[in-house]
Amino acid sequence: MVSADDLRKRLHLVPDPEVPALSVLDLGIIRGLRIMPDGCEVDLSPTYTGCPATEVIERDVREALEELVGKGNVRIKTVLDPPWTSDWISEEGLRKLESYGIAPPPKRSSDKRSLLGISTPLNCPRCKSSHTERIAAFGSTACKSLHRCLDCQEPFEAFKCI
Amino acid sequence: MKWDTCDPSEQYLLHLGDDALVLGHRLSEWCGHGPILEEDIALSNLALDLVGLARQYYQLAAKRIGGGTTEDRLAYWRGERDFKNHVLVEQPNGDFADTMARQFLFDAFHLLQLEAIEQSPDADLAAIARKALKETTYRAQHSSEWVVRMGDGTDESHSRINAALKRIWPFTDELFQPAEVDRIAAERGLGPDVRTLREPWLELIREVLAKAQLSLPDMPQKLLRGKSGVHSESLGFLLAEMQSLPRAYPDAQW
Repeated sequence: MVSADDLRKRLHLVPDPEVPALSVLDLGIIRGLRIMPDGCEVDLSPTYTGCPATEVIERDVREALEELVGKGNVRIKTVLDPPWTSDWISEEGLRKLESYGIAPPPKRSSDKRSLLGISTPLNCPRCKSSHTERIAAFGSTACKSLHRCLDCQEPFEAFKCI
Repeated sequence: MKWDTCDPSEQYLLHLGDDALVLGHRLSEWCGHGPILEEDIALSNLALDLVGLARQYYQLAAKRIGGGTTEDRLAYWRGERDFKNHVLVEQPNGDFADTMARQFLFDAFHLLQLEAIEQSPDADLAAIARKALKETTYRAQHSSEWVVRMGDGTDESHSRINAALKRIWPFTDELFQPAEVDRIAAERGLGPDVRTLREPWLELIREVLAKAQLSLPDMPQKLLRGKSGVHSESLGFLLAEMQSLPRAYPDAQW
């Protein structure tokens, strides 16, 4: 008999397709996981509205869990409310992001004032200096902005807070 | 199918989705043509966000309309008259200043509109608005920064953004003139009485224009009825391009 814990363990191995350092659990998008008589049910919160990875994530989660409960037995429910926020990324996820070279979003980012204050300097993920500047608010994917470290001169990406 | 006969609440979803899709499509036309690489990427990101938002409205509308309606059907198989977007968002991109002026004036409205929809008793609709508000804040920040940068920049950039704002200004009155779809939405508490958004909108615009050393345009307004399906010439061309593939190959999968 498969337990919710088994499913959870399996999900730890499902990476975000665009930031593979993070698993879907680290991202905080799995809002519920239930064993049902005929398989399992997952509540999934999309991250950024325009993120093309959303459907890939759904497919990857489905395929991973189907290995445990059988094909066609995974039901995925998209949950919009409450909307996903970068605050839901786990502590471990934040550490993984930084060692992957992406500056993690500051905590309490769901506060709308911090959205408007996005240009507050972040710490460089390489040399940890806070002497950095934002180059562009929009980066290579919907979830990232572009920055530059003024000490080590390296450009870096940051995970946007929403 | 005659889309005008569906429930007014569903028509309201289509109106909201159409604004997002048409503006998103316009912005996507910049892909590969941005003035600098960062801005090319930014405009494509904005386009993605808006098309993503349109999908959420259309998915909800399709579910409620039923009868096998899908989000793709709503996007690709409705004609010009069925689109209920504001005439503002279908205006051609022009130069970068024109695009930013259009974006800035719409973003400020969009923020206020979504803040009101967030209070809607329709839980599914409110959830979409609550989520969209976060990304709309990013868009509003981006477009207002550009208005300030251009207005408070060189003589050339100042005169370009000034001319752009004057060109686009006559399309803004429609945002605050309730059409049938707004009236019913306001009655049912789904969305705001758009007339009440004009003052807070002007306040936002004035604040940014002051920083940009620009004055509020005082051009006469156009009388527009995009929300009732009466559009400018531009929309037909936009739809013809956007819809050509699924119409030529109705079974295409992507």
